[in-house]
Amino acid sequence: MTTVQTPRVDGPVEASASSKLIARVKRVVSSNPSVLPTVAAIVIFVGMVIYGEVAYGRIVQYNTLSNLFINNAHLIILAVGMTFVILTGGIDLSVGSVIALSSVAGVMLANAGWNPWVVIVLMVLIGTVIGLASGILIQYFNVQPFIATLAMMFLGRGLAALLSTRPERLDDESPILWLGEQFKVIDGEKVNDVVITPGVIVALLVVLIAFFVLHRTRTGRTVYAIGGSESSSALMGLAVPRTKVLVYVISGTLSGIAAVVYTSRLGIAQNITGIGWELDAIAATVIGGTLLTGGYGYVLGSVVGALVLGLMNVLITRDGGIPPEMTTIITGGILLVFVLLQRAVTSKRHT
Amino acid sequence: MSTGARTNWLRELIRKPYFWGVVAIFALLALNVLKDPNYLALSVNPVNGNLVGNVVDILRASAPILMIAVGMSLVIATGGIDLSVGSVMAVSGAVAMVFMKDAGQSGSLGVALGAIGLALLVSAVLGAINGVLVAYIGLQPFISTLIMMLAGRGIAKVITEGQNTSATNDPFRWIANGFVVGLPVVFLLAIVIVIIVGLVVRRSALGLMIEAIGINPKASRMAGIKPSGLLLTVYILSAVLAGIAGIMSVGTVMTVDVSRTGYQMELDAILAVVIGGTSLAGGKFSIGGAVVGALLIATLDKTIVFLGISSSATPAFKAIVIVVLCLLQSERVRSWFSQRRKPPRPTSAPTSVPPTQQKQEVTA
Repeated sequence: MTTVQTPRVDGPVEASASSKLIARVKRVVSSNPSVLPTVAAIVIFVGMVIYGEVAYGRIVQYNTLSNLFINNAHLIILAVGMTFVILTGGIDLSVGSVIALSSVAGVMLANAGWNPWVVIVLMVLIGTVIGLASGILIQYFNVQPFIATLAMMFLGRGLAALLSTRPERLDDESPILWLGEQFKVIDGEKVNDVVITPGVIVALLVVLIAFFVLHRTRTGRTVYAIGGSESSSALMGLAVPRTKVLVYVISGTLSGIAAVVYTSRLGIAQNITGIGWELDAIAATVIGGTLLTGGYGYVLGSVVGALVLGLMNVLITRDGGIPPEMTTIITGGILLVFVLLQRAVTSKRHT
Repeated sequence: MSTGARTNWLRELIRKPYFWGVVAIFALLALNVLKDPNYLALSVNPVNGNLVGNVVDILRASAPILMIAVGMSLVIATGGIDLSVGSVMAVSGAVAMVFMKDAGQSGSLGVALGAIGLALLVSAVLGAINGVLVAYIGLQPFISTLIMMLAGRGIAKVITEGQNTSATNDPFRWIANGFVVGLPVVFLLAIVIVIIVGLVVRRSALGLMIEAIGINPKASRMAGIKPSGLLLTVYILSAVLAGIAGIMSVGTVMTVDVSRTGYQMELDAILAVVIGGTSLAGGKFSIGGAVVGALLIATLDKTIVFLGISSSATPAFKAIVIVVLCLLQSERVRSWFSQRRKPPRPTSAPTSVPPTQQKQEVTA
């Protein structure tokens, strides 16, 4: 974990300090090659910030960085959930359509006059139920994870389409929108303020709790153990079946929370919301250094991965010369590069 | 034992992996007949002698699904999956449409052939990328094809510059909308391709080798099979078949809709394979089963529209069917059923699970 906490310096640094840092990173990487992708993600993030600042300007300043968090709060939450699942060696392809179903259902209920708290709880519960369904299919009926969650992906999308195929707009007075309201923390000059929304706070809380669960609790150790070797962990007497269902429930629940955060920011829900977000969440997790085969990875790395993707979108918008259609190709390309990098690292460890 | 022989024959028929698929097709058709007694009526168009009717529509709609289902069943037999078929359809359609739009000459057969050739070539390249990533670099199949699934749609959008592109070309249109001896060309073409693929894999050792890779890649390599080259071939074949499916589906309207063409078709392909009785765990395939599965999906699509349910809700129904079929394939549910059969024959109870599994493999 030491590498994740390395200061993200992008200004002039004293030569001795930077060489000491490089030496330390080198030592950590050589003792544990699986952190290499996480280090690479941090380097890429810092590199993108520097490049963006030099090429387009106005990147390293309060409002750009706060907007990065505000606009990607939902992706951070999704990436945290995906980290749990991928750590066990599974995959969850249903996250995007859970958001579609949950947000369409939530907005329609809220507009029908339901209590906003009940609506929010229901939105999260929709995710929990779908996650529970995929978990049970995978653990107790031996369905492969990507098939079970692919089925849930289409189920969620289809149910959302049954509810409504038009964009549903949340009432302007709805209290749910408070979660997306922006609060000034530091009042900078002109619009250059540090801004935060309750949604970002939710995302940060999710990250902290996930970090605590993964690294400080028995459940967290079991998650890592299952990814290392499922049969060994079962022989060791760990609660493998319960934990395997739990990771999908966590992922589903966090998708529900992400739906609340996203809907409160936009105020609109539609049945085509979130197409391709499973790729973003997987990419964020993989860029952050979690092995797709499970067992190795860091939840804070996934946060860096989500920010890399978010910053990439900012840079593409700033550049203006890259057609928006290229975004998925670039995301796919980055994911591919990182998967190949993982492949190289793991095969080196095995030989 | 004569009564036993008869029940065995009946049981043998029910045990056919795609038996329930056939039953479901007839059930759906019966449902439609209940709503409209003339649903199955076929008439002959007096002008050109073509058959007209709902069944002909179903056959025509089943053609692209047949293509991707056959490709997918081979990929699944190797223990892999190809999630990129829908996007490859979009790319192939986009390439063909842009080529024909730029070439003009709406009557030229050469332009149509050029468009088809180029579209299939691009599809083969995409399939080769999948195949190299899976076979030579050793990535998990679902992740490499997932990347292709999402990036592929981006590629299609880049090719058409984000626009839905239309073109006019009569020979190309004929593939999707023409008739030969009263039957739609597109369906006949699909059946011919399915038969060719079926003959090639089943009359040679190719099919056995593909199944061997799916059962145990290490053992198959020790038995002298080269898994890498074979895997590459299977992924290229799947992509080329998806490319043909793309040509068929854009040919109907002569427009490629980059975000809708082939959208969610990977679900149809997987569903068709599962309905055909092939286990998603790999190791075996049934071309006949895939054909039954594709026909069932086409019937299901048409039925849902016929019953007046929003067509964007169809994925929900298909997802439920997939979940149910996966449940039926799982050991746990099978043991529930065999437990229910146990009491009358207590002597054979302890060994009741293995024989049923063996029989499954023989029939498959």
